[in-house]
Amino acid sequence: MAGVTTIHLVERALLVSIQDDVTDTEIIDLQDQLSHRISEEEVRGVVLDISALEIVDTFVGRVIAQLAGISRLLDAETYVVGMRPAVAVTLVELGMYLPETRTALSLTHALTQLRRA
Amino acid sequence: MLNTSRDVVTARQAVAREMKARGTNTIRITRFATAVSEIARNAIMHGGGGELFVFLDRSKTYLIVRCRDRGPGIEDMDRAMTDGYTSANGLGRGLGGAKRLSHGFDVTTTVGEGTIVTMSAKL
Repeated sequence: MAGVTTIHLVERALLVSIQDDVTDTEIIDLQDQLSHRISEEEVRGVVLDISALEIVDTFVGRVIAQLAGISRLLDAETYVVGMRPAVAVTLVELGMYLPETRTALSLTHALTQLRRA
Repeated sequence: MLNTSRDVVTARQAVAREMKARGTNTIRITRFATAVSEIARNAIMHGGGGELFVFLDRSKTYLIVRCRDRGPGIEDMDRAMTDGYTSANGLGRGLGGAKRLSHGFDVTTTVGEGTIVTMSAKL
């Protein structure tokens, strides 16, 4: 089944769970949708839940990094939550450190940090 | 068969499933599935599509993936393998990264005919 990604607005943050079978095309669409919603809905942050992702390769990593860059320009922070340890190991080996992204261990942590901001 | 971005997902999921079924640990599976994803995407973006084969070596200790495209081939192999080199809006880490994430890695390319990448992971 194709990865259907829903975006929820909670406490002025956009919450997104990325599905494991997300394709390149779908994740680019998601980036577009999020960029529009950040500016239209005066969002403070974007929380990307990637706990379902078994892998993050250079393409998906780049889209996440770009999304963080876009959010920052639109005055919002991007948090990545739920990264699997094996995914973190692989990303570092690929030389992708996602410098623009903030990471949080859980959704609760991300929302707590956004409330403080 | 590799033609669309959906096929990249199918390919890396198939590889992960094979490794999981043989009891390979998660880190190895993630590393190799990531490498397969890079190579499969290259075949679609640069090679105009291709085919991907998954098999075991004779001793059944390695999973081997062979990805073949009929694209333009790679003219400067050393440069293509270098981190930071990118041909088409890539990040320039795909090929070199895939090599680092695999146990064995070999590229055979013929300009004008296509590229075959053979990569393996210990099970």
